[in-house]
Amino acid sequence: MAKRYDAIIIGGGHNGLTTAAYLARAGLSVLLLEQRSLLGGATVSEEIYPGFKYSVFSYVVSLLRPEIIRDLQLPKHGLTILPLESTITPLPDGRYIYRGPDSHETFRNISKFSPRDAEAYREYGQAMYQMAKAVKYILGIRPPDPTSFHPRELLALLKLGQHFLGLGEENIYTLVKLMTMSSADFLEEWFETDPLIATLSASGIIGTFLGPRSPGSAYVLLHHYMGEIDGVFRAWGFQKGGTGGVAEALASSARSLGAEVRTDAPVAAVLNRNGRATGVVLQSGEEIEAGLVVSSLDPKLTFLKLVDPEQLPGDLVTAVRNFDTYGSSGKVNLALDGVPDLSCLPGNGPHLRGAISISPSVDYIERAYDDAKYGRFSRRPYIDIILPSMIDPGMAPPGKHVMSCFVQYAPYDLAEGTWDDQREAFGDAVVDTLSEYIPNLKQLILHRQVLSPWDIERTIGMTGGNIFQGELSLSQLLFLRPAPGYAQYRTPIQGYYQCGSATHPGGGISGAPGQLAAFEILKDLRK
Amino acid sequence: MSRSIDVIVIGGGHNGLSAAAWLAKTGRRVLLLEARPNLGGAAATEEVFPGFHFNTGAPDAGLFHPGLAGELGLHKYGLEFIKNDVAAFAPLADGRGLTLWRDAERSAMEIAAFSADDARAFLPFYQRTQRFAAVLGKMAALQPFALRANSLRVLAGWGRLALSLRGLGGRDMMEFLRVLPMSAAHYLNEHFEAEALKGLLAYPSTIGLMQGPRASGTAFMMLYQQMGQANGAYRSSLLPRGGVGRLSAALAAAAQAHGAELRTNTPVASILCEDGRAVGVRLGDGEEIRAKSVLSSADPRRTFLGLVGGPQLTPRFSRRLRSLKLRGSTASVHLALRGLPDFPAAAGDANRLKGAIVISPSLDYAEQAYDDAKHGRSAERPVLEARIPSLLDPGLAPSGQHTLSILVRYTPYKLAQGDWESEGERLGDLAVNTLAEHAPNLKSLVSNRHIITPLDYERIYGLTEGSEMHGQMGLDQLLLMRPTPGFIGYRSPIEGLYVCGAGGHPGGGLTGLPGWLAARQAAREMR
Amino acid sequence: MPIPSPLHSRTAALCHTHEWRDWSGYLAAGTYQTSHEVEYFAVRNAAGLLDASPLYKYELRGPDAGRLVNRLLTRDVSKCKIGQMLYSPWCDEDGYVIDDGTLGRLGKDHYRLTAADPSLRWLQDVGYGLDVDLRDVSTELAALALQGPNSRAVLQEIFPNLPLNSLRYYWLLQTEFEGSPLTITRTGYTGDLGYELWLPAELAPKLWDRLMETGSRYGLHPLGLAALDMLRIEAGLILIEVDYTSSLHAHIPAQKSTPYEIGLGWAVTEGKADFIGQRALRAHKQPVKQLVGLKVSWPEMEREFSKVGLPPQVAGRSSRIPVPVYAKGRHVGQATSLVFSPILKTYIALATVDSAYAQPGTTLDVEITVEYVRSQAGAQVIKPPFYNPPQKKGVADG
Repeated sequence: MAKRYDAIIIGGGHNGLTTAAYLARAGLSVLLLEQRSLLGGATVSEEIYPGFKYSVFSYVVSLLRPEIIRDLQLPKHGLTILPLESTITPLPDGRYIYRGPDSHETFRNISKFSPRDAEAYREYGQAMYQMAKAVKYILGIRPPDPTSFHPRELLALLKLGQHFLGLGEENIYTLVKLMTMSSADFLEEWFETDPLIATLSASGIIGTFLGPRSPGSAYVLLHHYMGEIDGVFRAWGFQKGGTGGVAEALASSARSLGAEVRTDAPVAAVLNRNGRATGVVLQSGEEIEAGLVVSSLDPKLTFLKLVDPEQLPGDLVTAVRNFDTYGSSGKVNLALDGVPDLSCLPGNGPHLRGAISISPSVDYIERAYDDAKYGRFSRRPYIDIILPSMIDPGMAPPGKHVMSCFVQYAPYDLAEGTWDDQREAFGDAVVDTLSEYIPNLKQLILHRQVLSPWDIERTIGMTGGNIFQGELSLSQLLFLRPAPGYAQYRTPIQGYYQCGSATHPGGGISGAPGQLAAFEILKDLRK
Repeated sequence: MSRSIDVIVIGGGHNGLSAAAWLAKTGRRVLLLEARPNLGGAAATEEVFPGFHFNTGAPDAGLFHPGLAGELGLHKYGLEFIKNDVAAFAPLADGRGLTLWRDAERSAMEIAAFSADDARAFLPFYQRTQRFAAVLGKMAALQPFALRANSLRVLAGWGRLALSLRGLGGRDMMEFLRVLPMSAAHYLNEHFEAEALKGLLAYPSTIGLMQGPRASGTAFMMLYQQMGQANGAYRSSLLPRGGVGRLSAALAAAAQAHGAELRTNTPVASILCEDGRAVGVRLGDGEEIRAKSVLSSADPRRTFLGLVGGPQLTPRFSRRLRSLKLRGSTASVHLALRGLPDFPAAAGDANRLKGAIVISPSLDYAEQAYDDAKHGRSAERPVLEARIPSLLDPGLAPSGQHTLSILVRYTPYKLAQGDWESEGERLGDLAVNTLAEHAPNLKSLVSNRHIITPLDYERIYGLTEGSEMHGQMGLDQLLLMRPTPGFIGYRSPIEGLYVCGAGGHPGGGLTGLPGWLAARQAAREMR
Repeated sequence: MPIPSPLHSRTAALCHTHEWRDWSGYLAAGTYQTSHEVEYFAVRNAAGLLDASPLYKYELRGPDAGRLVNRLLTRDVSKCKIGQMLYSPWCDEDGYVIDDGTLGRLGKDHYRLTAADPSLRWLQDVGYGLDVDLRDVSTELAALALQGPNSRAVLQEIFPNLPLNSLRYYWLLQTEFEGSPLTITRTGYTGDLGYELWLPAELAPKLWDRLMETGSRYGLHPLGLAALDMLRIEAGLILIEVDYTSSLHAHIPAQKSTPYEIGLGWAVTEGKADFIGQRALRAHKQPVKQLVGLKVSWPEMEREFSKVGLPPQVAGRSSRIPVPVYAKGRHVGQATSLVFSPILKTYIALATVDSAYAQPGTTLDVEITVEYVRSQAGAQVIKPPFYNPPQKKGVADG
């Protein structure tokens, strides 16, 4: 009676949806199962407070691969990315650095701090453009296996090496630096203005348990520069209606291609027989058969929970246990009764339509990290703010606003207490910090939602609450992501695949892991 | 003046001496110029107080490359390493002590008192790190590759290395690639639970780095420190009879035996350049000496910005030199003792004190010491590595008395407040008090004290910013990035000028390799 | 948004077209009057006045100032006497041009440099370790370009005691205006007789007024960027980001150029002291491409357009849209600045072509668009400038 599917996708985040859409597009009968009643995983919008739509977790879109947008005809399904063009860094002394779409204005603004930096900023943009070009190739390939002697892998390695050498000497040095340095060190080679370095370096800590002076953070900086909208690198955008719109567009595309999407369907286990995946069993006890099963969940769930680890090679189990999924970020979403006033630049203006970055100095962020290293949330955190309703008025009632605050650091393990009793104290720390720069904030707050790594883990399942499903560190990238020998989307169980952010090329709303996984699956099916 | 000189070597540290000795042995006319009255640089044993001989820089010479020692026949010139069963001893606050022996099985038995799991994990961990360190050892002895103009010889060397990497087997090779960019803390946490063990093993991972054990890349340093023999998973720490300075003396004797002229008290004021080529040096007294090539074992920043001069350098190169990360973070305190201090944790077994005595009781302790330094303060609770070389080599101190040398971390070269002129004595007190917590009678035994701050290392020993590594050894300053991008082997952008100090590949530590490899490169190009 | 220049109160009052352009972040008049040709002909026949304040300006003083600029520029600054000026490009380490500008020597150890792009960082790094006080005076110093055959007469009337008649091409005079220093340089970007006036920004409107007032009797018109672009093409003067790309901003190596490739080989002095890029340039001496002038054959234009029944359609303004250049059907380069020269009655262009086709006299084909259809017209390679009147370099007495 029960229908047998060609493929079952576990998890309705943007990667699961992408895989589902690509497989359906290739003619497979596809069923996607999402545990929540809402699709999207971390890519959701919810009306938590009446009239106000929060992009609850993920809040900006830039990394979504243009190929996916075209292949899956996402604009037809509702994808509308509005530009986020500026960043303002308010400073405690009342000054600010505003960087916007007008390069001369940005030049003048930075010049007030350092004319040298204003010049360097353009050259820096040029260097980063080169880097985004350099990594674009890597985003689109399955990571080669350097231990294999298979001609296919050797060829892939050779091509990767050729690509690397073809970048030219200076670009190679820059890339090596980005792969190895701390974001603050990397930026200090360009700039001398501390708040500028701090704000730029913050892209190197987002989602990670690193400080701006921790080596490895420059890579995360690069990861955030991989974004490309309409062929423009490093462009940031915001989905109309909230981030959930991206998931809705993907789901709509998948459905139109024939995929079935079921919500409220948590999967208990992946069924397998003789080392081959045969379907899934839901927590309700329902069994569904399928030719193959794809998990978009993090590897700890994919390998240790959905299947019996006893069936897996010991090496893989060890690697997955060691896979770092430690969460370090929190989110505070606010419903506001009016326009927040920055004390450094009062009133409404274009600066409220971009990002507001609470990153007054590198030391400030380092101190925030120091708190977290020893199990405390940052008393004065780094905060990345956007006001989605400024860009899309539909996000809040007229004249009112939603404010999305991404906060670091909020370590998953607290030394004292638990997140259940510290959550609001954390929210207070965020609001208090913000109030130093936005004096009228407290009067405006109608509603506050505070999310800790625990909440991220509980609500959408990401182990440890790590927003990238696993730290973006050198030892967890490319052929090491998520585990050595299992970086090509396959698993030791035949017909069981992975497609989440814990696979190459990693986190962010890129859809790339989902797309590359689908390509590998189709290769195995010789479709 | 009568005979023309082939090579001038600037600086009589162990690398300068290695280069001079090897070049002299191969028939070149070599003149070595040392600013200080004694040779050895940071590889010196100095009679600071009458009868008391201290290793004022490096505490041991265990990393010295045996191939070079053999080629120069250093044993003929008095180099003899003292056998020592102990690697390191960590007295702990609770009165217990943890000793690591050269014999890993013996160490495992000690570790069992802290954690049975750790004891079991120790042997496989030890064996694996030995294999990895051996690969690093091979890599260190290779001429570094460049992005252009690699000779076949260089490529063949790296090809052989790639094969030996593959020779580890797929699993180990992946593990090697995974571990190198990791943090020591992360790596150790994967294997062990006892903080005492992790804190102790982590100590070598940050030598010469302004980073704590949580910094990625410190796992590399941990392995690098084990390249030599007899490391016991801690670091290769053999001591020459007569002190570390005996190594320099043997090198000097070898150089002189082959006809090299070694001049002390002869500071070089500048390197003479004509049409972009180094043609000799000008001494402090104005004398000019010309040579076919110049090898500088001074650190790269001093060599180029100081001796060659900014106006001779291109903007690109001078930017690189200015952003070179030197960042010395170690001071040393040398004590003349009336007798042997009593460490209750050693339970009366003075043998345990023959290696390194390490105060690094946990990863967090070390990290917090770094946190202080990161914010521009000397660590309030410093990490210490103390040695009592007179225990192994009684000739270093008057009969019945002892020399105790303490390396103190973290002591940043750049202080946010105050300066090293006034902070030195406080640092001495802090180091002694910290150690005295574990050796109550220590203070009563001190008859004299000598403090060397990072500023002293710069002023007296010529190490810019007090960096004993001539550039800290993070992943961003290794291999083709060392000493800065743009070098081909040891050849600088100034023709005929070579870097032969620790600033060159493979970097710091008393290996002799930068001197030897640079000498070979220079010799090939001199023909 | 571009911001007002120090002369905005004056230029805005005159800019009847409200056609503003963005020049380095400043509002600059494109044309003041409906017809830019009025401004063009004013410069060719009488005089024009341009607000050149958006130029970047740097002041260098100190014992090593000369050493710095000599290390920076490809020309030999050691030959530059006090009161003299020179035009030169400067290069990166690989010999690729970063920017070009004029250098004036105001005193023994005192120089002023102009640049199209912000250059402080590069100057600081070239001068690292040198004893030079380097200051960015871009905002504090305004610049007025008084250009055209009548410019000397206008200036002389305002400054009757200045020896303008003997001020030679690429030399300068230092004087005072309203008690503040004023530098008058015999330089310009029009290929005609002309002067550039450098003075503190707050005094610039006053000088502008004096010039306009006096000039009204000499046919002086304010000069906008549209006419300036035509004038500089006729003069064979290249423009950064139009005729070449700064090596600091090139996306790919092929976009970079050596001085030899943009017609500035003459400005690379042989045997001068070491400068940035010198070594690389020794190897680059035989350029693979070169900047040339093209005179497009009018009969061929007529022929192509007559096929559709039209006379040649040529925009009255200069065009900065690059068009391909062919030799016997093979692509050999591109024309980057094109204009119909009202005074020469010829369609002319600055182009970069493969060296094999750079000999004056060579015939090439330029792409033209005839009623939406791509076509080609023959063009003859010449060595710029196209227009070079005697008064440009001439001295009135002596």
